[in-house]
Amino acid sequence: MRFSKILIYIVLTVFAIFYLLPVYVLFATSFKTFAEVNLKSMWKLPQTISFDSFKMAWNGSPLKGLRGLSQNFMNSIYLVVPATIISSFLGSMNGYVFAKWKFKYSDTIFSMIIFGMFIPYQSVLIPMVQVLQKIGLYGTIPGLIFVHCVYGIPITTLIFRNYYTSVPTEILEAAKIDGAGFLGIYSRVMLPVSMPGFAVVMIWQFTSIWNDFLFGLVVAQKPNIQPITVALNNLAGSYFVEWNIQMAGALLTAIPPLIVYIFLGRYFMRGLLAGALAGT
Amino acid sequence: MRKSKEERILSILFIAPSIILILVFVYGFIIWTGWISLTNWRDVFPDFTYVGLKNYVELFQNLRFQIDFKNVLVFTTLFLFFCTLIGLFLAILLDRKIKYENLFRSIYLFPMAISFIVTGVVWRWLLNPGTQTTGPIGINMLLEQIGLGFLKSKWYTDPNVGIKAVVIAAVWQMSGYVMAMYLAGIRSIPNELSEAAQVDGASIWQIYRYIILPLLRPVTLGAVIILTHISLKIFDLVVAMTGAGIGFSCDVPALFMYDTTFRGNFFAQGASIATILLISIAVLIIPYLRYSLKSGG
Repeated sequence: MRFSKILIYIVLTVFAIFYLLPVYVLFATSFKTFAEVNLKSMWKLPQTISFDSFKMAWNGSPLKGLRGLSQNFMNSIYLVVPATIISSFLGSMNGYVFAKWKFKYSDTIFSMIIFGMFIPYQSVLIPMVQVLQKIGLYGTIPGLIFVHCVYGIPITTLIFRNYYTSVPTEILEAAKIDGAGFLGIYSRVMLPVSMPGFAVVMIWQFTSIWNDFLFGLVVAQKPNIQPITVALNNLAGSYFVEWNIQMAGALLTAIPPLIVYIFLGRYFMRGLLAGALAGT
Repeated sequence: MRKSKEERILSILFIAPSIILILVFVYGFIIWTGWISLTNWRDVFPDFTYVGLKNYVELFQNLRFQIDFKNVLVFTTLFLFFCTLIGLFLAILLDRKIKYENLFRSIYLFPMAISFIVTGVVWRWLLNPGTQTTGPIGINMLLEQIGLGFLKSKWYTDPNVGIKAVVIAAVWQMSGYVMAMYLAGIRSIPNELSEAAQVDGASIWQIYRYIILPLLRPVTLGAVIILTHISLKIFDLVVAMTGAGIGFSCDVPALFMYDTTFRGNFFAQGASIATILLISIAVLIIPYLRYSLKSGG
């Protein structure tokens, strides 16, 4: 191997260490026994593997007034699953029309929808709270599902529009000659070839809704409604919670999207690049 | 495709729910927020007395907002600089026909999959300077052990560092994204171009300098715009990692907006911060959207 090649590997490895450092601390700390946890030894590997920190982070401790994350973890699941499915289907329907049934001003309407994914959500929060209170969804999981569906429309529409544009129009024309109409083409031609599109969109939505903090913070005030990111922030914000419990909580919060990333990273990357428009 | 009247109506009906939702929840709400910013609503109970631009004038005289404004500028500049530099550097290295390219790429990109809250919690401990009794911990301890002790810092607990400490965590999380964008960009450049240059005797350095980098300009533009809009609205990471910090040294406009609106009930002031954020992002995004959708994105 040439010297320059070796140098490249060294540099790449140094960067890999930089990206993995926090993960190392996360794992090393979460798996230590309580006796072993000590800030001075935070870089040391645990002597024995212990799940005590996870148990504490998951179940909490009524004695210490510490809320566990189990309920919030489940809240996030109840919230993410329907919101992902609904927003993906909305995106698929919109993408179908914007790619294959263009009408006058449809491109303008499309860009107006896409703009919605860039806005700072601060600029819609106050009316959002008012409206959710009016329709009785404020402080509820259905309220959060609703909000994530609405603000998920831009990105899901964008990814599906780009995906459906690559489906040859000749196939649609052929289906039309065979007598299929607007809905027939969607259900019998488009949906069956949509699986890769759905994979990208659903993985993207799953990850971003799971990782959302702002909507959860503003819409879910009660601790028993909060999604896991909000609960983790509360857990980490209270000074009496030992840091190994905080780390275990952080790991619990990171695990679902990390599993998705490890097994379906290919699709995740495509979603990422779709969000960046140009250069894709 | 030829459309019958029925198909035309059906296709509009198909997207009508989404269009109505976006019209109300994006555009309607933005206008409503803009209106609130012109009123006197500074209590739990709404007060829609029109006061003109008073809230904006007060905001620019507000010390916290002035600090936030400076912080977000510093944050954006450093964040952009390091993300694009590291992203481009790693993409070029990964493009040199590397064994285990997939593994390296996955490692650089994985922080994108996790929540800013997780990142914030972990980096708060890594950049914790420790106390008198614990001595140096986290990154400081590591720096000391590898002989770089002079780089030790009090990080976010030092008002002079403040928001710059948050940049480290943000770059850790987002630079892989830029790497992925650049790598996709480099891969879309036809090989023949650099092969032809090689035949003409160009060095690798010249190929990058005169062929690849100029062709990557659209990617850089995309990355800069995406990163800038993320950094202008940065919120989660700051909340989880530092909060507003000593003398607001870590504070950002989005955090100020949340505090003043939902903790202080100064709804009109919150709405004016939100509107300023929106305008600064719209100025950036709208031309980019026009450019990028026109070029077939």
